[in-house]
Amino acid sequence: MNSLILNAATRVLVALMLLFSVYMLLRGHNEPGGGFIGGLIAAIGFALYAIAHGTRAARRALRTDPGRIAMAGLGIALFAGLGAALAGEPLFTGQWAFIDIGDGSKGLPVSTVLLFDIGVYLVVVGAVLTLVLALEDEV
Amino acid sequence: MSWYLTLPIVIPLATAILVALQRSGAAAGRWLSVGGSFLLLAAAVALVAQVWRHGVIVAQMGSWAAPFGITLVADLLSAAMVAITAIIGLAVAIYALADIDARREALGYHTLYQVLLAGVCGAFLTGDIFNLYVWFEVMLIASFGLMVLGGDKAQLDGGIKYIALNLVSTVLFLSGIGLLYGLTGTLNMADLHLAVREVEQTGLVTVVAVFFMVAFGIKAAVFPLFFWLPASYHTPPVAVSAIFAGLLTKVGVYALIRVFSLIFTQDIGYTHALLLAVAGLTMVTGVLGAAAQDGFRKVLSFHIVSQIGYMIMGLALFTPLALVGAVFYLVHHIIVKANLFLVSGVANRLTGSFELARIGGLYKSAPLLAVLFLVPALSLAGIPPLSGFWAKFLLVKASLDIGAYMIAATALVVGLLTVYSMTKVWAEAFWKPHPAGTAPVMVLLDQRERLALLLPIAALAALTVAIGLFPEPFVAFAERAAGQLLDPTAYVRAVLGDVR
Repeated sequence: MNSLILNAATRVLVALMLLFSVYMLLRGHNEPGGGFIGGLIAAIGFALYAIAHGTRAARRALRTDPGRIAMAGLGIALFAGLGAALAGEPLFTGQWAFIDIGDGSKGLPVSTVLLFDIGVYLVVVGAVLTLVLALEDEV
Repeated sequence: MSWYLTLPIVIPLATAILVALQRSGAAAGRWLSVGGSFLLLAAAVALVAQVWRHGVIVAQMGSWAAPFGITLVADLLSAAMVAITAIIGLAVAIYALADIDARREALGYHTLYQVLLAGVCGAFLTGDIFNLYVWFEVMLIASFGLMVLGGDKAQLDGGIKYIALNLVSTVLFLSGIGLLYGLTGTLNMADLHLAVREVEQTGLVTVVAVFFMVAFGIKAAVFPLFFWLPASYHTPPVAVSAIFAGLLTKVGVYALIRVFSLIFTQDIGYTHALLLAVAGLTMVTGVLGAAAQDGFRKVLSFHIVSQIGYMIMGLALFTPLALVGAVFYLVHHIIVKANLFLVSGVANRLTGSFELARIGGLYKSAPLLAVLFLVPALSLAGIPPLSGFWAKFLLVKASLDIGAYMIAATALVVGLLTVYSMTKVWAEAFWKPHPAGTAPVMVLLDQRERLALLLPIAALAALTVAIGLFPEPFVAFAERAAGQLLDPTAYVRAVLGDVR
């Protein structure tokens, strides 16, 4: 679409949406949010970019085929689940590590749960964009 | 312990991801798929050995205790189904080396194929009814993709029918789960076994049971819900229709057996009598439909329907021997049916058509293929000493034991009609000369293609003969599996622990 207003607004909005999607992903740990909703917001960002600048530009911005992003996400999620199995627990049991940040608290929690959520995020971004870009493509 | 249960799902899923992400080209994808299927077979054999030695094994995903989390559980039936899935999966993966064209490979054939295997294994291993629904969906989405991959006109035509009816089934299945959860407040199948007995409105439970019967009935292609199957199974490439014919409807049969032996056994007089009537009608309509067809794969598709009737019959009679027969039949049928579809593919490659009127002369020009066709064809019809004979023998014996003469007679007559339509295929495709006068010879295919096409067919035929000649260990296995189905105490205790 050739619209100056959309083009100008997109420049700001896409960056904001991608940032917000990462915020949603991380926030999902203990509050509403998470990989799925974060992935959707990121996909909307790229979809907006595709509407403003065309699907070819959007694919360039993604740098790789969205289908591959989805598959990589699936791989990351599976790997996160396998982590527990390697530690001898049933698949997908959360594994936690606490990074000491020196303020006397328990430490910064890092877990396979977050890794799994990142996988979900990528699956959603990849799957939604595969569909959206395929529908938007000018044949 | 949990490795045994998770590997049959993780291996094909990881293979699918690797195939999709690798950049070394189509050949690498092909061999990754074969390698993944080989690993799956190893994992499945380990699972069967483990269940045989230690009884029902259980893993609670994410360490969330049953009945709240998702439980993976394998009794002998599940383990056997996973093993047979792996065998067929490997055979078809090898066959696909020579059958799937480069265009379909580029569109993601191998990825979808591995996802399909993961879905089927997941459906066999889950102990949670909602999770079963999820695995059905995984399996269906992959099969939708495989069905229309390549986008031939006939494929899309068959695909629409396949998708539409399977979506109806999915909606019914989901509604059934919703109602069941409303009645009992649990989704864990072992917990449902106990909870359904405490529901006061037994009439409602029967209604829910019928929901599941219809939903799984569509998937299993029983009378009168089977028409999507012959409308679609002859359209995709042979490797795809072979894996569909071997496995997909049988997941429906497995689900029926699981649900109607573990959960809905409170009103056997109604539900299982209904199943028995359905079984008889399925056998008869399937075999009559096959007799009227003249396409190689169409005849085989109708025979799937007819054979499904036998398995449902074993479940419906619900005696120990009948369940032994059903389990034995299930395993025998998957091998034989997938093999027949593979043979039809080679026949098509040599003679140029699936239409029986337009082909012929295979007996003279490809005698090896003729023998490899006869083994599964006669086994399907139940000629001794092949595996189909023992399967039918067990079922007919079971029905005579309890005086169910009608169904026994039906089973025998349908067996005879099966011989008739297998003879028709034999006479048309193999015996009569090729109408165009050309003699189709095996050397039309190059060495590697011949190996990839014939090796899986020969291996599956050898398996059929082996089951036929040495049925005792298989019957013993089926007996223990049927014992676990009839008395699910061990299953329930393994899942829920000793608390109840």
